[in-house]
Amino acid sequence: MAIIERPAPGIIVPALPAGTPAITPSRTFGALKRPVASTGWKSWLFTVDHKKLGLMYGATAMFFFIVGGLEAVLIRLQLAAPEGKVLNADLYNQMFTMHATTMVFLFVMPMAAGFANYFVPLQIGARDVAFPRINAFGFWCLLAGGIVVNLAWFLGGAADGGWFMYAPNSGPVFSPSRGVDFWTLGLQIAGIASLTGAINLIVTVLNMRAPGMTLMKMPVFTWLITVVQFLLLFAIPVITVALFLLTFQRSFGAQFFDVAAGADPLLWQHLFWIFGHPEVYVLILPSFGIVSEVLPVFSRKPLFGYPFVVFSGAAIGFVGWGVWAHHMFASGLGPVSVAVFSVATMAIAVPTGVKIINWTLTMWGGKLVFSTAMKFSVGLIVLFTIGGLSGVTHSVAPSDTQQTDTYYIVAHFHYVLFGGAIFGLFSGFYYWWPKMFGKMLNERLGSWNFWFMVIGMNMTFGPMHILGLQGQPRRMYQWTEARAGEGFFNIAFWNLVASIGSLVLTFGILLFLINIVITARSKVRAPLDPWNARSLEWMTSSPPKEHNFDSIPHVHHLDEFFHRKYEEDPVTHTMREVATAEQVLAELERNADTNIHMPSPSYWPLVLAAGLPIVSLGILYSIPVAIAGGLVILYAVYGWALEPSVAVEGDYEEPSSNGHAVGTTHG
Amino acid sequence: MAETTTHDAHATSTGLSNVKLGMWLFLGSECLLFGGLISTYMLYRGRVSDGPTPEQIYDIPFTSVSSFVLLMSSLTMVLAVSAAHKRDDRGTNLWLTVTALLGATFVGGQVYEFTAFYNEGLGFTTSLFGSSFYTLTGFHGVHVTVGIIMLLAFVAINKRSRVPGSKSETVEMIGLYWHFVDIVWIIIFTLVYLIPV
Repeated sequence: MAIIERPAPGIIVPALPAGTPAITPSRTFGALKRPVASTGWKSWLFTVDHKKLGLMYGATAMFFFIVGGLEAVLIRLQLAAPEGKVLNADLYNQMFTMHATTMVFLFVMPMAAGFANYFVPLQIGARDVAFPRINAFGFWCLLAGGIVVNLAWFLGGAADGGWFMYAPNSGPVFSPSRGVDFWTLGLQIAGIASLTGAINLIVTVLNMRAPGMTLMKMPVFTWLITVVQFLLLFAIPVITVALFLLTFQRSFGAQFFDVAAGADPLLWQHLFWIFGHPEVYVLILPSFGIVSEVLPVFSRKPLFGYPFVVFSGAAIGFVGWGVWAHHMFASGLGPVSVAVFSVATMAIAVPTGVKIINWTLTMWGGKLVFSTAMKFSVGLIVLFTIGGLSGVTHSVAPSDTQQTDTYYIVAHFHYVLFGGAIFGLFSGFYYWWPKMFGKMLNERLGSWNFWFMVIGMNMTFGPMHILGLQGQPRRMYQWTEARAGEGFFNIAFWNLVASIGSLVLTFGILLFLINIVITARSKVRAPLDPWNARSLEWMTSSPPKEHNFDSIPHVHHLDEFFHRKYEEDPVTHTMREVATAEQVLAELERNADTNIHMPSPSYWPLVLAAGLPIVSLGILYSIPVAIAGGLVILYAVYGWALEPSVAVEGDYEEPSSNGHAVGTTHG
Repeated sequence: MAETTTHDAHATSTGLSNVKLGMWLFLGSECLLFGGLISTYMLYRGRVSDGPTPEQIYDIPFTSVSSFVLLMSSLTMVLAVSAAHKRDDRGTNLWLTVTALLGATFVGGQVYEFTAFYNEGLGFTTSLFGSSFYTLTGFHGVHVTVGIIMLLAFVAINKRSRVPGSKSETVEMIGLYWHFVDIVWIIIFTLVYLIPV
């Protein structure tokens, strides 16, 4: 267990009297002593607490969501009218590249990582993740990566090759600015966050479950997050290779994608999509997990067919590795490859369909409560199904060949990513906000937020089906009146509808931001168990204490919290309430652990992550700077290795607390 | 009860310690990294442009010797892990140092080989074969170098008795990494050097 003792203020050591004198670190680890601040900005900067890191992931992702959203609005303004003048061709290329990069790598992935960080330990009854310092390191890598990718805006122009960055278009000849270099290096750094996060969460889930919580008693969110981490574990190294090859080509003159030298441009496509298709499931499965938590709670029923949801999630995880070439049907792979990947792509629709059916049957006959979280979940089911159906049409290779690189594809993946992934995340915001902050998001404003987003999203992406089938290509910075067509299929009309829709969507998201501000200012505390929830993360205070649970619960059921509140009446076979949430919590408090050891904060994750952008900038501008960055990294690793994750009494001067620290964490 | 659940060092659900499970997962991920690099090399090894071909420059006897040295370092690594489990500090430090030296010999051989190839006309930018050969074997060399740094750093920290956590487990983890890098070399040596284009 990642439980270690830190005799610093704010940590629950019941033996310590109130008003403990200030703690002074005494021992030095690689020139730095341990950080001790437990309040203020320093307590965030050097934290290793999975909940604080979860919120930091969330805040960072939210910032990039706004950035990526503004980029999208600029794209739609450019395309609202024929021969748009908002952006020039070069800037337009940068805009769609960075919109996709930001939304995929800097919003959906880190937002899901934030939810995973915050709720996976709580859902499995653990006090932290397996490697708390590596967890902090991962967050700083994500932030550093996001900054490096976006730095290019100010240093000669952002990446402009599309988020898939096809070779040879990404080579120095066609992309002469530094944008692609910043892009490769920044994503490389952000990839470290995903890889370390994957290892951390898998170990946490496999090793740190509360007593009695077998794998098949885990909440579905935790299950699907685990599947996602396995996908990341094996997909990230492949994109790492691709990014290295591209960096070596652009910075050091290697020839990997130089067609004139005999290179095979399909190499990049294969490497990218072997990563890229599992990545698609990385984006959607966390939201599937959130929906699988929200629907049962607001249907007042257990999830229909829990094992089916779990195993279909795992099936998606496996089959997801065998469908990557459906992104390449138009590249001339040959009939056998195309047939194989076509069939595999049709097959992967089955486990996804299983989930849709399970969610629908969860609601069937339930006492539905249409809270905002529930609305977003139901919205996901409907919108994702639409996107899923257009996805199946892509699996038919001859049809896909017609659709490739048209707006039909754009329509498809925005229905599954906006209507799917983002609606799931919003469902999670409304569902878990009271848990994270102890205050409820305003439900009335939430309803407006939802309806504006649903209408805006359908207005924006619905017409793109028509635009695509009419042949409007993706990534063209202008369209002309002369080729707009007539009648119902006039693309001028539908482009305008889509652009207006994007403003409606933006307003919907603005309502969400307003809701956050209103909620933050509100003094009304959320009830302990506002939704009558079912899983362990609700079996603690809101927001949870630093040590999560006063005593680690022993788990006997799937939906343990529900089963502590309700029991089956032997006569009527209906569930009746036997305890309130407050009583369940009071029970845990009565059995509170006397000596709870929490991981100690550390400077090293931040120092180590700070070395990476220095190396990146050094590779681009001056090799001595890169070497200096490398030295920072070495120094940080050295200090990290010396500093035990277990703080012992000698690490601080006075006072020492009772008991010796024993721990196995090597974060 | 509460005391035991929070204090018990090995109360993990799988019975494997967190570090060991984490290391295995990391090595699983590394398989895909080398998989990608090896695939790239296999695709490009015949594309030599005007530069030398693999047959012209590979010195199989020399590389066989340096491969043998690297494989022997796995043996000394096993001895180090065994010494660490017996809490034999001197033996641990000794065998770790020997392992590092054998690893350094291998890396030295690689530096020599790269220099020789470069002088024979195979630069990083000469051909697709050159780019992918240096990238693949270079990545492996960097992995060995990182291993050497870990070995020597452990010895240095151990001499000052400042190893945090379980010493034998830390040595075992370095060992897992080291053996993995060796196994990868067996695959690279076979595919790159032994199997003709």
